[in-house]
Amino acid sequence: MSWEMVIDEVFVFERYGDLLVLLQNSIWAGALIGLVGGLIGTFVMMRDMAFSVHGIAELSFAGGAIALLIGSDLVTGSLMGSIIAAVIIGIVGAQSRESNSVVGVLMPFGLGVGILALALYQGRSSNRFALLTGQIVSVNDVQLVSMAVLSAVVMAGLLIIWRPLSFASTDPFVAQARGLPVRTLSIVFMLLLGVAVALSVQIIGALLVLALLISPAAAAMNFSASPVKIVVLSVVFAETAMVGGILLALGGALPISPYVTTISFLIWVVSWVARRRRRSRGRAVVSESGSGDHSTTGSAPGRTVTVAGN
Amino acid sequence: MSAVPAASFRDAELAFGHRTLWSGLNLEIEPGEYVAVLGGNGTGKTSLLRVLLGLQPLSSGTVHVAGQAVRRGSAEIGYVPQQRAFDDRTPLRGRDLVGLGIDGHRWGPRILGRKAHRERVNTLVERVGALEYADAPIGQLSGGEQQRLRVAQALAMDPSLLLFDEALLSLDLHRQSQLAQLVAEQRDRTGAAVFFVTHDVNPIIDDVDRVLYLANGSFRVGTPAEVLRSDVLSELYGARVEVMNVAGRVLVVGAEIVDHCHPPTTPEEVTR
Repeated sequence: MSWEMVIDEVFVFERYGDLLVLLQNSIWAGALIGLVGGLIGTFVMMRDMAFSVHGIAELSFAGGAIALLIGSDLVTGSLMGSIIAAVIIGIVGAQSRESNSVVGVLMPFGLGVGILALALYQGRSSNRFALLTGQIVSVNDVQLVSMAVLSAVVMAGLLIIWRPLSFASTDPFVAQARGLPVRTLSIVFMLLLGVAVALSVQIIGALLVLALLISPAAAAMNFSASPVKIVVLSVVFAETAMVGGILLALGGALPISPYVTTISFLIWVVSWVARRRRRSRGRAVVSESGSGDHSTTGSAPGRTVTVAGN
Repeated sequence: MSAVPAASFRDAELAFGHRTLWSGLNLEIEPGEYVAVLGGNGTGKTSLLRVLLGLQPLSSGTVHVAGQAVRRGSAEIGYVPQQRAFDDRTPLRGRDLVGLGIDGHRWGPRILGRKAHRERVNTLVERVGALEYADAPIGQLSGGEQQRLRVAQALAMDPSLLLFDEALLSLDLHRQSQLAQLVAEQRDRTGAAVFFVTHDVNPIIDDVDRVLYLANGSFRVGTPAEVLRSDVLSELYGARVEVMNVAGRVLVVGAEIVDHCHPPTTPEEVTR
């Protein structure tokens, strides 16, 4: 295959307008999970749980594959898989040392079960690996509504526990001293994460969920340490990757995940370079100028803070 | 001033299984009083703080904070933990850490009153002299700077009791004395009582009103001059312990050997 043929295969824009109308449900679905992924991703990063997300995604894949095999509802199957994984990790303690080994054990098991179910599955072969690598699923109205409801549940849940979860995630000892139910918060968060992962698996595939739940938030954190800015940037990056990826993938026959993961990877690379450049200015680090916070204090923005001992 | 004690223990006992950490503890801490809690590892110093925070029930006896039975999440208490390095990428600035002390326990995002919140944070940050680096990512600040912000965080609710749990550990001597000075200033300014758990009393010895020395399942309370004496501590430990004043520092020699004879089962680790 020549380079031109590859390009032709990757970027297809024939009858684009028709496709846009035809697949608008998928675009809405992508926008929804971009929003959910960008939001919850900031907490995943805050709690240093990238590996757990991967483990949950693999069990979500297994659940979906089993549902496909027994002719049950795929969304329900993957939801069950990811919630079971999330609860197990939550009980073990997502930040404990043990959780890494638990995830490491769950992950290959989930993949194995999923692959077995897919191998036994007699249906359309194009469906088979969609759960792993994603595709433009033709999302129908019913599916879109169910995705919207689940997204709303995750977002409402996150909003309710927003501040206590931020407190418990970044400063657990003081949060506990202030009387916050740190452990309960952790388990509630795992449940919400389970739902978010199951949603994402539908569109982007289990193997690539991290591109939606990790990369945008990680990139946002490279740009800022302000919680508000991080959330906004993370959602913007996730939407760019998700909706941009779907729009690029629309015309061709390729799955959407390579597009989504590439965009989200490129955003992260830019953020990483920006962070490096910021940090390598001598031995000093220019602090965030803050979101106008200085006005009330009268101190100058862009003040230089010397990092001792580094 | 009809002073309600900032904290009071009555016949308080704490035991884990067969091991009694301390018993018969009767202690009233007056508002503005500065108490250092000393003792080796596993003598129940941190557990004492957990009791005051309502995270650890007493085996027997009662404990009150500001005249009320202890409960979790009391706004009467400010808590400063041991300095632990924040990850370089922790998505918080110094001011956000302080802000969590104000309303981090409330449900929902912070939507209303952002301006008032910001002003309150600025006041607190200014009070501990941390304005200069309040907008820097917390993970890039030195241990001393982080602890300063933690003091601001603990002061957020105007507590009547400030708890410090080995808050000077892992700071260099210079930073230790700076932070100790800050604590004393805030005690004087707010009139809050201070309960300072530490394994080294020297950085705070000039500020301390009383010492609570835990060892060997028992304790001694009194002014530093009353408690930090060879005969008193030898009796407490049941072994020869020498207290020496060297170059203005108090050294307790022999105690570390006795302390280490206890199995290092730290109850606070178990319950976490």
